[in-house]
Amino acid sequence: MSVYDQLDRADQALRRTLITPEGVDLNLRIGDSGQRIGAFMIDVIIQYGALFVFVLVLATVDGAVEGKGAENVAVLYFLGAFVLQNGWFIGFELSPRAATPGKRFLGLRVASRDGGRLTPEAVIVRNVTRQIEVFMPIAFIFVAGGTGGVDGLFYLMAAIWMGIFLFFPLFNKDRLRVGDLLAGTWVVRAPKRTLLPDLSQTGAHTHAHFAFTDKQIQAYGVKELHVLEQVLRTRDRKTMAAVAMRIRRKIEWVAGPDERDEDFLAAYYAALRSRLEQRMLFGHRRKDKHDKA
Amino acid sequence: MAPLQLKSQQFREERELDWRRLAFLLEKVERSGAKSLTDEQLMAIPVLYRSALSSLSVARATSLDQGVIEYLEGLCARAYFLVYGARARIGERILRFFSHGWPAAVRSIWKETLAATLITVLSVVVGYLLVVQNPDWYYAIVGSDMANGRDPAASAEFLRKSLYDGGGDQSLATFAAFLFNNNARVALLAFALGFAFTLPTALLLIQNGALMGAMIAVFASKGLGWQFGGWLFIHGTTEIFAILIAGGAGFRIGLAAAFPGDRTRLDSVATAGRQTGAAMAGVVIMLLFAGLLEGFGRQLITSDLLRYAVGGVIGAIWLGYFYLPRPEGGRLERL
Repeated sequence: MSVYDQLDRADQALRRTLITPEGVDLNLRIGDSGQRIGAFMIDVIIQYGALFVFVLVLATVDGAVEGKGAENVAVLYFLGAFVLQNGWFIGFELSPRAATPGKRFLGLRVASRDGGRLTPEAVIVRNVTRQIEVFMPIAFIFVAGGTGGVDGLFYLMAAIWMGIFLFFPLFNKDRLRVGDLLAGTWVVRAPKRTLLPDLSQTGAHTHAHFAFTDKQIQAYGVKELHVLEQVLRTRDRKTMAAVAMRIRRKIEWVAGPDERDEDFLAAYYAALRSRLEQRMLFGHRRKDKHDKA
Repeated sequence: MAPLQLKSQQFREERELDWRRLAFLLEKVERSGAKSLTDEQLMAIPVLYRSALSSLSVARATSLDQGVIEYLEGLCARAYFLVYGARARIGERILRFFSHGWPAAVRSIWKETLAATLITVLSVVVGYLLVVQNPDWYYAIVGSDMANGRDPAASAEFLRKSLYDGGGDQSLATFAAFLFNNNARVALLAFALGFAFTLPTALLLIQNGALMGAMIAVFASKGLGWQFGGWLFIHGTTEIFAILIAGGAGFRIGLAAAFPGDRTRLDSVATAGRQTGAAMAGVVIMLLFAGLLEGFGRQLITSDLLRYAVGGVIGAIWLGYFYLPRPEGGRLERL
């Protein structure tokens, strides 16, 4: 089960405490770098798609009116790009969802680091710096790389300097951009989740076939229960077979003639959870199978 | 049959309807804004939010169903952001920004802005003196792409043309080019680089000032000093002012990073960033306005005196708008 351990640790590294005024920890997760980059890419692709359409419209309109409009199209394109690049991020992040379409798609949103309100000033600051952090380094790489005229050493130094901005989020644990740093914001996950069915109820009618002894139920703790929950929710046939085999061996359970792995696991899950929850009501939360309490 | 229902199952069944109702309302607000809710629904959200929070606490203590706990964490987080999120309507916010937020933010960094002004003035003088003494300095200060042929070797006629001849129908092109040109970038960089202990901001201001001084020296040497002044003044009072404010904001952030006082450096920088945010939003507006002046105003107005007058009036308006004391505004801000 070491794979789950690693996943668990990665998940814990993204957890942050945010205590509401009511005194409950929301246990937020910050967006990891992959999600951040992904969201940004989606936004940029939509933006350029819109600009492309914009240019096509401009070109047809301009071509219809008079022939000499190529320059005007270029100018309007730059204007449109400027307004879009700045208005897009600021406008969407000021909306109730505090997220651009890219962020929304990946379940991210911008939030104030101190748990307070997300102010318009903060949104503006974090997006004004975006120009310098992201677009300028990228433009620089293309421009300077294309023209051979730039002095090599200068190019190197500038690339390092801009790289610091571009890769800043990778080198701090909260994945803050320089803009987040200045604005006092961060990007957290607030995805829409559906309420999954309670596993102790699904297939409850088959549970009666399985009568576990006290000793058999005492074999595991909360951690194992959660892994079992994940296995049951994923419903991968091979994994279920492997897990069922290990549990049967551990609790010395003799499988019946046509006992399905899934039924066995579901029944054991229900029994184990009932047992552990009962103990929890009396103040014992058994961490894992090594916990003797 | 399953003999007993689990306590956690019972708990879930009892509360599930409330959770789903909250999720439905959240969905509605996120999709079509708070206006789409009835008064009753709007009032229900905080109540449902608090009950969901209490559900979360109970679930953490009594349930081992991770599905439920994760669902509730997500639901509570979304509701939390709505309940404690931004409230004022966008129109109100914009109005408030122009009436209070912007001038107040600019006023609050007046010391840093003054420092930026002094540095710029000093470097203009230095740039001017250097080029007057030895014209070769010009090439060191002003890059060739920036100079566009406007260097000490250029004829007076060429320089004069560059001041008055923008080409009539190119206003839009000039404006667009402006958005990506030196000054807008200097302003944004001066702000964003401030956090490196103010040094890059100071360097940028010095470079920009020296550049101006060098240009003045070249034009003055051909007897075009007064005319160049008008050319610069008409949009400069807005644009250079914007750069100075951006520099001041950068200084504020750099100082906050260098001397955080009792707080952590990160905290201190974030506070300074938020204080200066409104000023920076204003800088962007000023830069756009300067772009319009440069693109259209300067092409249309070719009389030196008029250029000075327009620039002077606009500069005075900015100064009054930012720094004139306004008692009522001050009282409202404190509320």
